[in-house]
Amino acid sequence: MTNKTKAKAYWKENIRYLLILLTIWFMVSFCAGILLKDALNEIKIGGFKLGFWFAQQGAMYVFVILIFVYVRLMNKLDKKYGYDE
Amino acid sequence: MNNLLFIDGLGVQNWTYIIVGITFAIYIGIAIYTRAGSTKEFYVAGGGVSPLANGMATAADWMSAASFISMAGIISFAGYDGAVYLMGWTGGYVLLALLLAPYLRKFGKFTVPDFIGDRYYSNTARLVGVVCALLVSFTYVAGQMRGVGLVFSRFLEVDINTGVIIGMVIVLFYAVLGGMKGITYTQVAQYCVLIFAFMVPAIFISIQMTGNPIPQLGFGSTLADGSGTYLLDKLDGLSTDLGFAEYTEGTKSMVDVFAITLALMVGTAGLPHVIVRFFTVKKVKDARKSAGLALLLIALLFTAAPAVAVFARTNMIETVSNQPYASMPEWFKKWESTGLLSFTDKNNDGLIQYLADEKTNELVIDNDIMVLANPEIANLPDWVIALVAAGALAAALSTAAGLLLVISASVSHDLIKKMINPDISEKGELIAARLAATVAVCVAGYFGINPPGFVAATVALAFGLAAASFFPAIILGIFYKKMNKEGAVAGMVVGILVMLFYMTKFKFGWFGGGEKTDWWFGISPEGFGSVAMILNFVVSIVVMKFTPETPEEVQEIVENIRIPSGVGEATEH
Repeated sequence: MTNKTKAKAYWKENIRYLLILLTIWFMVSFCAGILLKDALNEIKIGGFKLGFWFAQQGAMYVFVILIFVYVRLMNKLDKKYGYDE
Repeated sequence: MNNLLFIDGLGVQNWTYIIVGITFAIYIGIAIYTRAGSTKEFYVAGGGVSPLANGMATAADWMSAASFISMAGIISFAGYDGAVYLMGWTGGYVLLALLLAPYLRKFGKFTVPDFIGDRYYSNTARLVGVVCALLVSFTYVAGQMRGVGLVFSRFLEVDINTGVIIGMVIVLFYAVLGGMKGITYTQVAQYCVLIFAFMVPAIFISIQMTGNPIPQLGFGSTLADGSGTYLLDKLDGLSTDLGFAEYTEGTKSMVDVFAITLALMVGTAGLPHVIVRFFTVKKVKDARKSAGLALLLIALLFTAAPAVAVFARTNMIETVSNQPYASMPEWFKKWESTGLLSFTDKNNDGLIQYLADEKTNELVIDNDIMVLANPEIANLPDWVIALVAAGALAAALSTAAGLLLVISASVSHDLIKKMINPDISEKGELIAARLAATVAVCVAGYFGINPPGFVAATVALAFGLAAASFFPAIILGIFYKKMNKEGAVAGMVVGILVMLFYMTKFKFGWFGGGEKTDWWFGISPEGFGSVAMILNFVVSIVVMKFTPETPEEVQEIVENIRIPSGVGEATEH
């Protein structure tokens, strides 16, 4: 692989990761916490209505996990393409 | 609980002097130990900060007087709607970590306007960047100084203005002396102080009310009184009894909640004092990791805040509602004297009627009380109350220092070095940076002492402006290599102007003013940043199509940013 095609392939995989992770980001916050809140509030876990829980707790937990997953994925990707240092 | 420890006999006042005094001594000690000797140390702490230290510093930088003092209080009055701040101020870190931080670190410059100016090969773009950075940072810093004054006046019973001046001197000392290097390590200490100060009372109260020591779980548990009722159900009941909306439901429209959350998220990702923290780590890899650590450390406080909100609101209602005014505890009188709590006996029955209906409601409570008075309301030991004061000061000072650095770097580096006098020596630039920081502290102090009536509105404006200007310009700069200077500048200018127009129209009544019913698409000024951001993207792309293409060498720079390896130190120029 030339440097240019290598860089292109790396970028393409990176974008794919971004799209997947940002979709989850959108789902837990804007979908579960806002748009579908009323429907999810019908379900109760302990004292929490589920929609309320996503908006005030769940979304934030997932955000943290998402970044660490991204860090892992990218570290692996860097290794695969020899960009790690 | 007051006899829990013998030394409790010291009283709140002395405890506060001791704890605040110790923390201030630590900050000053760190500042002297880590003073900056070069512009690189002054702007980006030399570029060798470890991911964990940077994560802690970012968390302290980010969590301001507003997050520490006001947020839980706002949530306790807004109920479900408070989620806009919780998701908005944390979700932005996902964008920051995935879309901005690694690439900006690879680019390796000192400031955000630096990136804008170099990527868009134009000093016009740089100037627009400087104006945005100054506008955003000044509006933000005034609120921090105000927070410092508030804490001093309540806990140390000094005049609010004296409080602001003490805060100014402390910040001046370590920001001017230490620059980014001093700020980074004081922020690490400040994170420890503020998280400890927030969590200790939260845990105490959670055990008291629900028997669960983890507040994040506690507010979804049943009450400790053995009734088997869930705390949230009880609060929903109390709220509706008094005529408020159900706590878990809220009152804002769905479209507005959506817009505000989005505006706060992209605004967070576009705030220069946050972005610049990622210039201080060694490698791209470290930038990603420290963004994750920062959010983890922030989420600790942010997930506890809604629990504190529920505890505080329930406690508050139970303590005051329909109780005789004469039998109110000591803290009630104390807070009345600050003007943050006021009672008018409208029906002359000697009881406190706390109701949603403004005509019959007799008690007005300021948001800020909920966190500051919470330990007193719950009868926690004196040292916990003092700790809260130290935590609030740590939160306000750390954010103020980060903002002041952005202001000083924008002036000394972007304006003076890059535009007015490129031949300035390293030493001259460092002196300019320190002078700019000094002037900025004085201006911030002035606004802290004479707060403009629109402080609350301007914080929303700061996020709106960051969302409408920096976020799209940086994203396009990285992910769309054909984006040219004409497009970016037009996008930023239109974004800022539309944001300013909407905010001044609906907040200050300019341009004919307007009511809630006149809002465009039902979106409040707080949420309008998301509309202005979209507009920026659209304008940028349209203008780009009709203007000359980006030079080949700039496109190559963009391709280079996308590859993580080969990071130099933050380049000196």
